Amino acid sequence: MDKLLRLLSDNSTYSTSELSMLLGESEQAIKERIDAYEKQGVIKGYRAVINWEKVADSGVTAYIELKVTPTKDKGFDEIAERVMAFEEVSSVSLMAGTYDLGLTVKGDTIQDVSSFVSRKLSTLEGVLSTATHFFLKRYKYDGTVLTDTAVDERCMQF
Amino acid sequence: MDYSKYLNKTIQSVKPSGIRRFFDIVNEMDDVISLSIGEPDFRTPWHVRKAGIDSLENGKTWYTPNRGFKKLCQEISGFVNRKYNLDYNPDTEILVTVGGSEALDIAIRCMVNPGEEVLVHQPSFVCYEPLTKMCGAQAVVMNTKAENDFRLKPEELEAAITEKSKLLILSYPNNPTGAIMTKDDLQVLSEVIIKHDLLVISDEIYSELTYKDKHVSIASLPGMRERTVVINGFSKAFAMTGWRLGYAMGPKEIIAMMTKLHQYCIMSAPTVAQYAAIEALKNGDKDIEHMRSEYDMRRRLVVGTFNAMGLETFEPLGAFYCFPCIKSTGLTSEEFCTKLLHSKHVAIVPGDAFGECGEGFVRVSYSYSINHLTEALGRIKEFLEEL
Ligand SMILES: Cc1ncc(COP(=O)(O)O)c(C=O)c1O
Repeated sequence: MDKLLRLLSDNSTYSTSELSMLLGESEQAIKERIDAYEKQGVIKGYRAVINWEKVADSGVTAYIELKVTPTKDKGFDEIAERVMAFEEVSSVSLMAGTYDLGLTVKGDTIQDVSSFVSRKLSTLEGVLSTATHFFLKRYKYDGTVLTDTAVDERCMQF
Repeated sequence: MDYSKYLNKTIQSVKPSGIRRFFDIVNEMDDVISLSIGEPDFRTPWHVRKAGIDSLENGKTWYTPNRGFKKLCQEISGFVNRKYNLDYNPDTEILVTVGGSEALDIAIRCMVNPGEEVLVHQPSFVCYEPLTKMCGAQAVVMNTKAENDFRLKPEELEAAITEKSKLLILSYPNNPTGAIMTKDDLQVLSEVIIKHDLLVISDEIYSELTYKDKHVSIASLPGMRERTVVINGFSKAFAMTGWRLGYAMGPKEIIAMMTKLHQYCIMSAPTVAQYAAIEALKNGDKDIEHMRSEYDMRRRLVVGTFNAMGLETFEPLGAFYCFPCIKSTGLTSEEFCTKLLHSKHVAIVPGDAFGECGEGFVRVSYSYSINHLTEALGRIKEFLEEL
């Protein structure tokens, strides 16, 4: 995998000069490569990793397993597109295994999420069943440890 | 009780390392961001830890043979053959030790007599001179120079040799400078070594961490094997410092003598570590490559940033240190490090901790995450601007 992408996915605030040193390429080359990735839609955006655990009133998140009936021509794509159109839904993936679509859904309260699931989601045509799991605490999220970071235990030696 | 009357005179004459004072200040401060550590920040690869855990679960908790498990010696023999084109008999020419540190100690003790001279190039790792003195021998220091990329030149060696010279301790890839010696450098050096019939201890603990050319061991050059003990270990290559495991390789006569000493003072190196090390040598190539390529990125970042700040830093081609020159600031190494520590809470090590000729330089370790490095470098930049 391209190290440039790995570095940016770790920290999108690296300057081109830092990236140029890290990768041993000219700043110009780095700029051009980033531009190309943006145009191709490989890089879809730059955002902060926020530890919502520490933010008051940040709402609740649920992970929802969805079993659905695929449609004849478009398979799972059609229903996935309908599901992801809801603004409550923050991610949608097609899964291998005992269910078909995995979603994360955000809401202000548990009641909000529950009513979204019962009123909007499970009533969609093609949805066979749902199973809702609420997140209680996140320890690590997308590669970032959210619990208080470990101290460097190494001793001063030569 | 006046202990100085009772305790060993030779050991008393070795002065404790001056740098402890500096370390004590660092340890008292919280929120210090450090670039002073001399060990990998990586954890030992999981499959290697697992091999250690499995050996414990299976109750493999006995001593091993004095020279180490036969299987481990065989793996070491294969590894150094594959990597450095060295050829050592696993039954007679390899000794497994408690880190490269023990190997250095017993190799020096086996090779020198009181009154003889040991040639040590500096800046270098701190133990060579004290270990030499503890044998009642004399260390003769050769100062390597920034303009020679801190490589030991044949004329510098030649100039330091007397009739008492017995042993040369070579330490490349080098801590603290990050310097390496190429095959050509070693070739011209070996001519002087052979001409003066010196023994050599070659401390190659960082041999897996080189960033341009592959490491060359001096023992692989013509006429050198018979007079060289190669020291290596698991600490740096496999991120296994805490396991305390290293090894020495050399002619069977020298290894036999070292084994005798090892047998009486150590018995055998840690058993659990030996099981883990077998796994590391068998299946660890991709781990080495992963860590090496991470260090390489950090190396470019740190060296590039120092040079951009105006602190001239020669390009280190090995280990995980760089050695910026701070003479342009008008401060001594110790002043620079102490001021930086107090004003910006960044810890780095004064170059003179590695020999007097390290004055004017500081050792910066890049064995840290990139985010940690960028934060520390940012603070050093502010420090320089405020000077
Ligand atoms: C040059 C050099 N040699 C030897 C050692 C000792 O390593 P160990 O005893 O962990 O194998 C070190 C550790 O920092 C070193 O830098």
